[in-house]
Amino acid sequence: MSSHTNLGRRQFLKVSVLAGGGLMVGIDFGWTRARAAAAGAFTPNAWVSVHPDGRVSLVCPRNEMGQDVHTSLTMLLAEELAVDPKQVNVEEAPPDPVYINKLMGSQITGGSTSIRDAWDPLRKAGATARAMLVSAAAARWKVPAAECHAASGYVIHDNRRLAYGALATEAARLPVPDDVPLKSAGEFSLIGKPLPRLDGSDKARGRTIFGIDVKQPGMKYAALATCPVLGGRVASFDASKAQKRPGVRKVVDIGEGVAVIADHYWIARSALADVAIRWDEGPGAALDTAAIYAALEQAKDRPGAAVKQAGDAAAVLARTKPIEARYTSQMLAHVTLEPPNCLALVSSRGVDVWTSTQFPPRARDVAAQVAAVRAEQVRVHPQFIGGGFGRRLDVDFIGQAVAIAKAVPGTPVKLIWTREDDVSHDFYRPPSLHLLSAALEGGRISAFAHKMISPSITNRLFPGVVNDGIDGFMTEGIVNFTYDIPNLDLRTVIQEVGLRVGYWRSVSNALNAFAIESFVDELAHEAGRNPVAFRLALLDGKPRQRAVLERAAKDAGFDAKPSSGRAFGVASMECYDSHVALVAELSGTGDHAKLEKLTYAVDCGVAVHPDQVIAQIEGGAVTGLINTLRSKVTIRNGRVEQSNFDNFRIPRMPEVPPIEVTLIPSDARPGGIGEAGVPLVAPAIANALFGLTGKRVRALPLEDAGVTFV
Amino acid sequence: MTRFELNGKTVAVDATPDTPVLWVLRDHLGMTGTKFGCGKTLCRACTVHVDGVATFSCLLPLSAVQGKKVTTIEGLRGRVAEAVQSAWDKIQVPQCGYCQSGQVLAATALLTSNPRPSDADIDQAMQFNLCRCGTYRRIRHAIHEAAKALEA
Repeated sequence: MSSHTNLGRRQFLKVSVLAGGGLMVGIDFGWTRARAAAAGAFTPNAWVSVHPDGRVSLVCPRNEMGQDVHTSLTMLLAEELAVDPKQVNVEEAPPDPVYINKLMGSQITGGSTSIRDAWDPLRKAGATARAMLVSAAAARWKVPAAECHAASGYVIHDNRRLAYGALATEAARLPVPDDVPLKSAGEFSLIGKPLPRLDGSDKARGRTIFGIDVKQPGMKYAALATCPVLGGRVASFDASKAQKRPGVRKVVDIGEGVAVIADHYWIARSALADVAIRWDEGPGAALDTAAIYAALEQAKDRPGAAVKQAGDAAAVLARTKPIEARYTSQMLAHVTLEPPNCLALVSSRGVDVWTSTQFPPRARDVAAQVAAVRAEQVRVHPQFIGGGFGRRLDVDFIGQAVAIAKAVPGTPVKLIWTREDDVSHDFYRPPSLHLLSAALEGGRISAFAHKMISPSITNRLFPGVVNDGIDGFMTEGIVNFTYDIPNLDLRTVIQEVGLRVGYWRSVSNALNAFAIESFVDELAHEAGRNPVAFRLALLDGKPRQRAVLERAAKDAGFDAKPSSGRAFGVASMECYDSHVALVAELSGTGDHAKLEKLTYAVDCGVAVHPDQVIAQIEGGAVTGLINTLRSKVTIRNGRVEQSNFDNFRIPRMPEVPPIEVTLIPSDARPGGIGEAGVPLVAPAIANALFGLTGKRVRALPLEDAGVTFV
Repeated sequence: MTRFELNGKTVAVDATPDTPVLWVLRDHLGMTGTKFGCGKTLCRACTVHVDGVATFSCLLPLSAVQGKKVTTIEGLRGRVAEAVQSAWDKIQVPQCGYCQSGQVLAATALLTSNPRPSDADIDQAMQFNLCRCGTYRRIRHAIHEAAKALEA
């Protein structure tokens, strides 16, 4: 889902004087220009402000959920504005078209796009503001601007200097210069250099305010019981006992559930247990895991949509004896450690919501819809996110909070889900079925066919975006297929299965990479070739991909025939405009495998904040282990069978091996990195497991095949 | 009314005795550094110290801390805690940060009782604290760093 637009032209920047003095730079991606032109006016939206007291603020268009957007986007600005990043005050942006992520088409934090999207406009904003501040100082000193330079929030000329704050108002009145040149990579003083995260110190001291921590005067708390069957509704309920509990304010039926509003959360939770609810379970009660996979299986003969084609794969496969395999991936919950929650206030002023969200405009829209007010009457206050992973692209809990708060106008109400609410009412990582076949001729793959069958998340969230049977998120891991194979037939088939599905960190890259990179490994073994050399031979014309693969193999000491009781597995892919390769090393026996090490090589172009690029790969590796080892969601009689961290198990410290990450230096445009560490974990480990045991596991999670990871 | 010492000051709380200390801290006392993650001591984002021992506040009833000393991330002080938090800064541990209060309290308790923990000791002490972002390798590294700093 990536495209690049050159936003380097002057008309995208609007500079104006702040109320009360100072300079404000707005960046306009075009959506607002069209809207403003229609309205005959332009209201600049602040991205960057230089205040008369010298403070610099960045209205951060993306939400901080651990992926480091506050710091790394500040670095882009500060590099060109010539200010100390620590002096920049970062605020989260409210919903507004000016903050649209052009790679996603909406104000979304996801898709590993934040840096790719902000790379040009934020640097341009910084450079333009700096040039205007320099011009203002030069005018005051009556010297040519070319004799002045800027550093650390000052304009400097010989031995004199002026602080940005003192120049900001004058600067804002100057004409906006055309195309201020941006620094070349060799001139960077911040980008690519070490810098402590701006939010790191607070996070180590419990000072960060997440959505769940927000307080408002007179705030009450709500707990909500929803039907154990997904999609079920309240048939009737008896709250007489609960209403007698001290501290209970109101019991509210919101259709999909019954909520208790109380003075304190524990009272609400305890009282909820006293509410007797009869559910109308609805058609969802028929859903179970076997039926879900049967539905995928039944779609296997549908042609689906051709995503990537070359030559005539069908003809080659028909005339040779193809190698065939089928792979499956499991359903998963997101389990963000901060459970879904939202503080909502419905009043005569409209609606306010304070929440952790990856999608502020959608938060606004659901609040408006539920409260029956206009979108302009909703104020969304995005907060630090205690884990997103795609869960907070959905806004179900925000709509619920507004529905509950509507029952007590003027009173802010904070809805907090339990972990059980979360695991049983997620939007799940879709299940997938992959049918693969390939022809080997002369030790090379001459034809390769892959059909991925899965429900479409995008059909649910953005129905207008799915055209000709193509969901751009299902094709991840396919459109970016790197191998040079003369006959290719790569397809996706959308098959709904009756389950609500959601984007889960790395989305279909993880699904498709498990199938493709495991199958390529099968083919390497079938051809009797070293799996690294076999892949390299298919990567002619892909020097960056070759480089990461060679580097990961070297760093890991990859050995195709190690001594007994040890094994290496390799996997490689391009994703999010980044190039990744991973080697997993295992030891043990057929029944018990120990993960010894994960060794990555990554080329993401310019690494804006290298330490945090590495942190994202490390974290991505652990998310990849969730996908790989044992975590899964299963459904019986419409009910999710998992409920908390005891039966939806995610990795703990002792099972996370050393993770070594090498970044390949590059001056190329930045690629995405937030999800890039995830997809290769499953195939690399499955490939190593084959080396260790001789057993090819084609279904996730791997422990379902009888091996235990220790 | 239940009385206990919170971060060095006596507090009196009017809540039912079964109210978990987690919710007493967060709702009654407005101290939100202690986090709710699972409600069943499975993730230990709710870790506090009770009389110096790392304890899990999401199932700990208020009645159990009557007269005791409770320390939360907001009140964590002393040489070990400072070494831990400095190491967290140096190694750049947090990502989303939601679990980190609990991690810091668990690490501080570990280093207080065992100033030079081995990897196995760290595994043993820290295995209960979940980090959904996956900062485990940096947590381990930071604990070793803090131990080194404390020895110096």
